[in-house]
Amino acid sequence: MKDEPYNSDELMTIAASRELRNDDVCFVGIGAPSAACNIARLSHAPDITLIYESGTIGVQPKVLPLSIGDGELCETALTTVPVREMFRYWLQGGKMTIGFLGGAQIDKFGNINTTVIGPYGKPKVRLPGGGGAPEIATQCAKIFLIMKQSKRGFVEQVDFRTSLGFGSGGNARETMGIHSSGPVVLFTDYAIWRPHPKTKELTVVSMHPGIAREDIEATIGWSPRFADDLAITEMPTDKEIQTLRQLKAVSQAAH
Amino acid sequence: MPDFVSLDDAIKANLTDGDVVAFEGFTHLIPFAAAHAAIRAGIGDLTLIRMTPDIIYDQIIGMGLAKKLIFSYAGNPGVGLLRRMRDAVENEWPRPLQLEEHSHAALANAFEAGAAGLPSAVFRGYQGADLPQVNPNIKPVRCPFSGESLVAVPSIRPDVTFIHGQKADRKGNVLIEGILGVQKEAVLAARRSVVTVEEIVDNLNAHPNACVLPSWTVTAITEVRGGAHPSYTHGIYRRDNQFYIEWDKIAADRKRFQEWMEKHVLAESEGVFAKRIQHLKSPRT
Repeated sequence: MKDEPYNSDELMTIAASRELRNDDVCFVGIGAPSAACNIARLSHAPDITLIYESGTIGVQPKVLPLSIGDGELCETALTTVPVREMFRYWLQGGKMTIGFLGGAQIDKFGNINTTVIGPYGKPKVRLPGGGGAPEIATQCAKIFLIMKQSKRGFVEQVDFRTSLGFGSGGNARETMGIHSSGPVVLFTDYAIWRPHPKTKELTVVSMHPGIAREDIEATIGWSPRFADDLAITEMPTDKEIQTLRQLKAVSQAAH
Repeated sequence: MPDFVSLDDAIKANLTDGDVVAFEGFTHLIPFAAAHAAIRAGIGDLTLIRMTPDIIYDQIIGMGLAKKLIFSYAGNPGVGLLRRMRDAVENEWPRPLQLEEHSHAALANAFEAGAAGLPSAVFRGYQGADLPQVNPNIKPVRCPFSGESLVAVPSIRPDVTFIHGQKADRKGNVLIEGILGVQKEAVLAARRSVVTVEEIVDNLNAHPNACVLPSWTVTAITEVRGGAHPSYTHGIYRRDNQFYIEWDKIAADRKRFQEWMEKHVLAESEGVFAKRIQHLKSPRT
């Protein structure tokens, strides 16, 4: 692996960073979303507004935070607001253009489970729960999903719907009175997926270099759909890889 | 004016078996010293409220002192799961734990409603999510003006709230700075409040819009340097991220957890917190 110019995790993060724009206002989660958002900020989107749910608005961290409320966030933020204000004014108030979500389980309509594996009342695994996700999923204008593919994680039906994607598909969101777009894209370590315009089923639109359809089928718990005009994801540039690795290296050293 | 007392006396006077209690602080300013004093006092049957239970409630739950948890995100932030809480939920060890689970938005709203003296909080939330099906304390309501379908959750009114702050003046006014979480709401919503601070000073030197809790909103104050460790105090010491990573291993095993608690909580006093932050004061390299 040493000679590999990049790994699949890195491409997942970089592919997500490419779709962020300078004028986006982004509700950022810890992990891959935080890395993707900060690569965008350090490369093509220097003025992107990054918001973490601890109330920190317009952060410019030098190291990736370990937690959602590291001091680095507040120290580099334009302003820090109380948590009730974050959720009432800034999220519910409709100020966010993009929210990032991922989880333990996802289904073909982008519904996500981060609550329990097994029945809620007697769980096999008790996961952390929703945090901000239930409202992020419906109150950001668009949702970016980011998650590594596995049969365990990509399931026909999630054990618990922590946050809404497209429900049962089609116009389910509209019938619930929700006006935001929901998931517009899913980045994985194998591919980029987008919802079908009508059915809303997540569909593979771009496979990462070296990935075959069978590789994707082998890691998905349903029979995945592929777009007719299937693309190959652009390889990371040297600059993208350098930015990501540098950011990860300083972050690891800091924690 | 609040009582300036020792931490043990503050616990004794304000926390009782069976209380509904919030030890608040959103990643930042988590009142660990106060929780450890409560654990040492062995006060149990608690209903714990926190948006993010964090290590602080993993410890209380693992020691068997909680009967119920009201929460919205039960992870070790940035690291993984809360293993003592998992053990309580999945295996009822060391005792069963009732859960009342919400989203962050719901609990933030519920704390605000508590501070505002309202019985419930109304907001737009949980759309298309499963939590309302398993939590009877999430109810649909209709806006009487627009007809929009919204949700209501009960407000939070703790018997007692514990928070940690940067400083208090000698009259007992408290200043908190940095990531503010829901601490102001949690104090104003509670019947009693206990505040630990890094230092007691002559003058808060607060700017006009600073988050200051007037002395008459606070029941007891005690000075505990480092009292938020392994969480942090903005401007004074950093979050001990290394400890949060290490906790994952300590909490993974019942025996190791018990030994750790015995040595570092039960056999200690709050004076130890000042030592724990020594290596976190210097600027990051």
